[in-house]
Amino acid sequence: MTDTAAGTSPRTASDRGIEVRLDGLTRVFGSFKALDGLDLTLAPGELVALLGPSGCGKTTALRIVAGLDDASSGRVLVGGDDVGGVSANKRDMGMVFQAYSLFPHMTARANVEFGLKLRKVGAGKRRERAMEMLELVGLESFSERYAHQLSGGQQQRVALARALAFEPRVLLLDEPLSALDAKVRAQLREEIRRVQLDVGTTTLFVTHDQEEALSMADRVGVMRAGSLEQIATPHELYTAPATQFVAEFVGLSNRVRAEVSGGRAQVAGSRLPLLDGSVSDGSGTALVRPESVMVSTDGEPNGEVTSSSFLGAISRVTVRLDAGPTVVSQVPRTLAPVVRTGDRVTVRLDEAAVLVVAD
Amino acid sequence: MSATTRARQQRLTRWAVLLVVGGLFALPLVSMFAYSVRITPQNRSAFNSWKAIVANDQLRHAIVTSLELAGLTVLGMLLLLVPTMIWIRIRLPWAVRLVEFLCLLPLTIPAIVLVVGLDNVMSWVNYLVTTGPLALTFVYIVLVLPYCYRALDAGLAAIDVKTLSEAARSLGASWTTVVLRVIVPNITSALLSASFLAVAVVLGEFTIASLFFYDNLQVVIALIGLENSNVSVATSLAALIFGVLLLVTISFVGGRRPRQEVES
Repeated sequence: MTDTAAGTSPRTASDRGIEVRLDGLTRVFGSFKALDGLDLTLAPGELVALLGPSGCGKTTALRIVAGLDDASSGRVLVGGDDVGGVSANKRDMGMVFQAYSLFPHMTARANVEFGLKLRKVGAGKRRERAMEMLELVGLESFSERYAHQLSGGQQQRVALARALAFEPRVLLLDEPLSALDAKVRAQLREEIRRVQLDVGTTTLFVTHDQEEALSMADRVGVMRAGSLEQIATPHELYTAPATQFVAEFVGLSNRVRAEVSGGRAQVAGSRLPLLDGSVSDGSGTALVRPESVMVSTDGEPNGEVTSSSFLGAISRVTVRLDAGPTVVSQVPRTLAPVVRTGDRVTVRLDEAAVLVVAD
Repeated sequence: MSATTRARQQRLTRWAVLLVVGGLFALPLVSMFAYSVRITPQNRSAFNSWKAIVANDQLRHAIVTSLELAGLTVLGMLLLLVPTMIWIRIRLPWAVRLVEFLCLLPLTIPAIVLVVGLDNVMSWVNYLVTTGPLALTFVYIVLVLPYCYRALDAGLAAIDVKTLSEAARSLGASWTTVVLRVIVPNITSALLSASFLAVAVVLGEFTIASLFFYDNLQVVIALIGLENSNVSVATSLAALIFGVLLLVTISFVGGRRPRQEVES
């Protein structure tokens, strides 16, 4: 790619994005396999989140794409070209780190200009582009501040502006929000997504926070022990988890005994459709989302409320069913005051498809 | 009432301590100065000994040699240590302890043992580089390692070397750029204190130079002391004052960081 010179007018999403393909990536540290044949393709302009518990290899994958680590085997293809032999500083990839990474001796603007300076962009154009990027992240009035004069959220926004200023081919985000407090995190989440859609750069985003992954990504890849467990749109991932690991890692799941027969599962008195990947016959454990568990005070009671926690817009109610299992239900705010600990309630399951796994 | 009394008492104590300690430090210096200007049969007028510092050819040469040695040692030490220490922090974290151990070794080995071991190496240095006193640069770089390692280590520990260099790399910086434009500007005070320590060690070094028969400042001071003790004391005091001035200058320069300029 020859047109890396910044200062050109912002391009549209369609011509900015480039395809990125991870092909059988494996990374071995001593006897530990951090990555075990990871395959992943990012469509041009797409934001893919890699989600997984710590140690699942997601950060290793990102670092290999960035050129900061080398794969033991496998390839990284950007726009069809193998970038394996290209060193990190020649890969043309913008990166935002989990740790604060602004250069402490430079102002916010100088930080944003750094990548442009290395690409020999003239001072005037550099300044113009830096201000444009700072404006994009809403920090144009902070351009002359040093990192220690900025809040954590502001620092990460400057880091984002810096990573995008030189119009990289790929944007890599390594848990950029982990160090921030909850409110700033939610705000910045939207901002990063807005900026990413604006510039249309293909983006790989690594996080252990499912809310972040689900709210920002076009597709979310759930990783476990060095390979992808499932990759799907956030909606599909949540409503149709492919494996037990995904069902339990993404969102809360109740574990309820189920009998499978005739393509349906008998769970706590309801017959529910099955998701792909469920056991086809016999008994198993159904993974039921709390919002699929309906609690009401009318009808024949079949359980007792053991605890109830108020979470603002919703409440979480735990019910011990007379049949044995204890289930967590998510109830709307209006119902919350009615249901108290010790109350007898009626529990019924929503007609949503469930995943039934073998015991 | 009692608070103001206590405050005054504290102030008094502070001054008292300062006076006692300051006196302890000043006494030998004042004595040195008094001795250097004392009129004796060898020292006909008061400032003869001070004039001799520049007038005595041998001494002048020794001062120049020691300053050159100091400069070269600082240069060599920085070129050797800074990239090494950055590299092991980024790529070879397991080697940090090893390098630290190696750098601290010269502190535990007596100079005389060092000289015996270095004798062979020095003949190669003499053969390949120079037979002049500047050959000592190589020994001095080893000698200052323990002090400089500590100073640089503190500076590097204060910044996130790994993240900063990875950020710079991803923005397109070569390794040279990473070191010179990203790391070095953030450890300037550590570089300055390491340099000062190196200068102080080199200017005060006597044993090794003497054992290798090179004339550096301390060797010549000792030599002059044999024939004219006033000049030797004056030169010692001058070297000391020079060192202090250097320290003050360096801490003054190092104290002016861009961040503080912005805040004020």
